[in-house]
Amino acid sequence: MFDITFGLLPPTIVDLIIDATQQTLYMVAVSGALGTLIGLPLGVFLATSRAGELFAAPWLNQSLGLVVNAARSTPFIILVVAIIPFTRLVAGTSIGTSAAIVPLTVAAAPFIARLIEAAIREVDQGLVEAARAMGASPIQIVAKVLLPEALPAITLALTLAAVSLLGYSAMVGAVGGGGLGDLGIRFGYQRFMPEVMAAVVLVLILLVQAVQTLGDRLARRLDKRSRG
Amino acid sequence: MNAPLTLAAAVPTLPDPSAAPAAIPAPARSIIRFERVAKTFPARSGHAAVHALSDITLDVPEGAILGVIGRSGAGKSTLIRLVNGLEKPSGGRVLVDDVDIGALDEAALRKERRSIGMIFQHFNLLARRTAFDNVALPLEIAGVPRAEIKARVEPLLDLVGLSDKRDRYPAELSGGQKQRVGIARALATRPRVLLSDEATSALDPETTEQILALLRRVNAELNLTVLLITHEMAVIKAVADKVAVIDGGRIVEDGATYEVFARPRHPTTRSFLAALTAKSLPRRVAEQLSAEPRDGRDQAVLRIVFTGQHAQDPVLSRVSRLLSVDVNIIQAQVDEIAGTPFGVIVVSVPGDAPTLSAVINAVERLNLTAEVLGYV
Repeated sequence: MFDITFGLLPPTIVDLIIDATQQTLYMVAVSGALGTLIGLPLGVFLATSRAGELFAAPWLNQSLGLVVNAARSTPFIILVVAIIPFTRLVAGTSIGTSAAIVPLTVAAAPFIARLIEAAIREVDQGLVEAARAMGASPIQIVAKVLLPEALPAITLALTLAAVSLLGYSAMVGAVGGGGLGDLGIRFGYQRFMPEVMAAVVLVLILLVQAVQTLGDRLARRLDKRSRG
Repeated sequence: MNAPLTLAAAVPTLPDPSAAPAAIPAPARSIIRFERVAKTFPARSGHAAVHALSDITLDVPEGAILGVIGRSGAGKSTLIRLVNGLEKPSGGRVLVDDVDIGALDEAALRKERRSIGMIFQHFNLLARRTAFDNVALPLEIAGVPRAEIKARVEPLLDLVGLSDKRDRYPAELSGGQKQRVGIARALATRPRVLLSDEATSALDPETTEQILALLRRVNAELNLTVLLITHEMAVIKAVADKVAVIDGGRIVEDGATYEVFARPRHPTTRSFLAALTAKSLPRRVAEQLSAEPRDGRDQAVLRIVFTGQHAQDPVLSRVSRLLSVDVNIIQAQVDEIAGTPFGVIVVSVPGDAPTLSAVINAVERLNLTAEVLGYV
């Protein structure tokens, strides 16, 4: 097989990096998807439930806001160990790549919720008023006005969330989650192999670049505001 | 210069405005009715309660265009939002087609809103929908099937002259085109009433004229009742059959547009009309015009409205002779409101208080109105 490292790294290490990249992508993809599944509706609710808004429930809005803030202010590495019982309950085990998805999701959901909330709040209130004047129900306003109009901003929000998850996933080595960050620590740092560390960082940079470029491009294509 | 003669010659067949009701068809059923409506916004932390509207009674006859004019903060936005229930009255009733809007529950209100179209100052089009899809939106919301939506949107785009822009996004359209999409969208559910919230305030004068002409057209062709709010007298003049002047949350004057233009009674109305006249004054005069006299040698600028049989009287020469004052004509024109012409003449006379009040008295004795626009 063609050696993409030009002999700088032994083939066994290359295999390790490929495995770790796959683990990272798997963790980020699944926790990103699950986080969006929870964070999107939560974000929409946070953006529409203050007093006088579509689903006005100020009390619930404030309570959820508190929970979201609490989850977001817990350092990720502490969150990982703090919710081990919960992880065991959901995943059946607290160790391994799949188990690591649980804390990643728990961290991603409130983060994504806040990002979605901000994206929805950017939508011109005049559009909501116009939709109400047409006789739209609150659900219709969300489905036909708020989400579609916020889609470019939501795309950028999810891109940001994915990049953040790439960073978080480096910490789940602490619970045997594997992935690029774990590889970097174990080989690059603990076994004094700076070339492995460099390779890991390089792969992460490439991944972040790819995700960001893709997200930016998609958002630009979805955004119809800046034509002529 | 014999402008008064030209003016008189141009308007000899004017009906007397007091006889004007004869020209108006039998009173139409009123489709929007405000009955002693009040709206108070409750006090919030740091803000006292706001009495946005008090004791509003107003009828909009079916098929009419009624314009509500007021300065910002006068309560006109609140007034128009009461009609489709975006605001609820805190007192009185708002009836649309005999339905008490304030008494409807949410579901019934949503249904009722489909028969009330609305257009906005900033158009409020969805940026990620094409012109076609924007017009289709109210139909999607009403649950109209796809095939029927297409059949209904296309004639609407045709009506507003945008068939060739159907697949364009709002960012690719001019302000006037966006408002045309807004109008087509408002008409999609075949409403009986169209609410226009400062619909031309973000447009240039020429585009404003086109949009107002379009409103006139849909009003006539679809027998659509239009309630519009504006802060510009020019808009009222261009389209409104009836006008209500709102100030401090109350209607201070209302009536047929022609009547109100010819004989404004309330100071607010007068100042709106003065602003309209001042806009068309020669620049030399407009630039020098000040609200207060600067010294005794100022000339006062007067706006005199000629209506009815007096349009033929040599009013100015009579005043001039009677009081032996010099009357300079600055501008004379025949204006038209809702198809009825009337003359407006702007003159300057000596601005010292005794002379000025003598002139105004003389003019008013001839049953014409004269207002001081300012001093030069």
